[in-house]
Amino acid sequence: MSEDRLPLLRRITRKEHAAIAFTLDGAPCEGRAGDTLLSAILSRSDSLRRTEFSGEPRAGFCQMGACQDCWVMTETGERLRACTTPLQPGMRIVTMTGKAA
Amino acid sequence: MSTRPQPLVVGAGPAGIRAAEALVAGGLRPLVVDEAPACGGQIYRQRLVPDGRSTRDLYGSEVGKADRLHAAFAAFEGKIDYWPQALLWNLRDGVADIVVAGATRRVSYDGLVLATGATDRVLPVPGWTLPGVFTLGGSQVALKAQGCAIGSRVVFAGSGPLLYLVAWQYMKAGVEVAAVLDAAPASAKLHLIKALPLDPGIVLRGTRFVAELRLRGVAIRTGIEGLRFEGEGRVSGVAWREGGRERRLACDGVGYGLALRSETQLADLAGCAFRFDERDRAWLPLRDAAGRSSVAGVYLAGDGAGIAGADAAERAGERVALALLEDRGLAFDKARAAGLEAELARIARLRDALEAAFPFPAHWAAAIDDATTLCRCEEVTAGTVREAASRFDIGEINRLKAVSRVGMGRCQGRMCAAASAEVLAAATGKPIEAAGRLRAQAPVKPIPLALQLAAEPAKLPEAAE
Repeated sequence: MSEDRLPLLRRITRKEHAAIAFTLDGAPCEGRAGDTLLSAILSRSDSLRRTEFSGEPRAGFCQMGACQDCWVMTETGERLRACTTPLQPGMRIVTMTGKAA
Repeated sequence: MSTRPQPLVVGAGPAGIRAAEALVAGGLRPLVVDEAPACGGQIYRQRLVPDGRSTRDLYGSEVGKADRLHAAFAAFEGKIDYWPQALLWNLRDGVADIVVAGATRRVSYDGLVLATGATDRVLPVPGWTLPGVFTLGGSQVALKAQGCAIGSRVVFAGSGPLLYLVAWQYMKAGVEVAAVLDAAPASAKLHLIKALPLDPGIVLRGTRFVAELRLRGVAIRTGIEGLRFEGEGRVSGVAWREGGRERRLACDGVGYGLALRSETQLADLAGCAFRFDERDRAWLPLRDAAGRSSVAGVYLAGDGAGIAGADAAERAGERVALALLEDRGLAFDKARAAGLEAELARIARLRDALEAAFPFPAHWAAAIDDATTLCRCEEVTAGTVREAASRFDIGEINRLKAVSRVGMGRCQGRMCAAASAEVLAAATGKPIEAAGRLRAQAPVKPIPLALQLAAEPAKLPEAAE
């Protein structure tokens, strides 16, 4: 995640809610109480993952647990569907979206 | 109370809630299993935490319905078993496999109500996999449940009543809506005249959305063709054809969808017979007016059984519960059952008029560029599908899947099966029903590999809010 990549989502509410610290590709990051993992990441970045075959970036699609296009990994290799996973303090998320950016 | 196993209700949206309510009233204690952390389904989905907005801010004109459903569900406390954040991933012979609280549990049931809901129906267009392009439903979830906008200058494209509703909701939330691009020609909206006497409220509300969008300067274009989303690494614009002219707009977010498609995988695993529905261009599980499927003890309610909307879902949920009570030899209110069926018939006529006002642009399928990704999961292009169909003389979608991998990925065809059938039908020149339907496979959604089989009742998560 580099500084010149604007986030995909724009917060309208919960801007002053309690911060929840997590890491995104090793860098410290902050979400807000009430975030899904998808909202937390896309409020800071512009993609969630790269596809297995072509390596193109993806950032979810249906946001309701149907399309399966928002799976991310933790540093320990656990797979999480970002749109249906509430953000938890201390999550260490790997998207690897920066590698070909 | 009998010693028979409890009924199982899958889904806690409007259909599942009303089904559970009528089962409780009939003296049963259902188990309600739902993927979400709180009840409401997609339309009445609840936030994870309060965020300063009222429920009127969230649900608009439907606030009364939302509040009543949430309150009804809260009143079940102690009268039902409720597993939120639970995935029913396999079904057979009266036994369900359910992942909940980190373990998979096997549950016997006597009576199964499937209230599995719907997701957006889509046809692939160039750029539809770009970050920043979401479904219309997804755009709404972001705004309603998460208080996040999908961009600062957004375009909504496609068809269906959700198109104007979501655009209006974004405008009301203070987001710049650059345009609404409606696949349907303006003349299709004349069908709304037929809907007017059936439900004046819904038609007038839609008319008000359009008027207010126009008043705020939102460009509304109808009968658009050649839709595509553009950008490098993320969406930066949308292009389309209109009256033979190329048009283009800059934007940083897109909501796209072509009405809804029913979530039917569990009905398939339960062994339900299906029929082809001409209006929805989809295979749907067979059901009678009460919502009984072709399999004894399996009942179908809500958009998962056929698109009819949230008001119909509430009534269908209650109606199937009465059928379940009747089939178990328990007392039920016959007059109420007949009244619900009459209301469902009225709403079905309304829905026919709405669908005619927002027709599915089936002709787009033939125009999908060969290079466009058809299957998001396996990254299969439309060209690959056409080539496979032609080289192996394939006209059926399960064979197409075996050869091309289309529909084989994590979403199990939820996002691509309808489109693949359309592309296949367009390529072979045969009617869409000849393409058949993609068979469901367990697990119906990905489940963690490291799950343990719970011998003891798992510690269940508490419901949110």
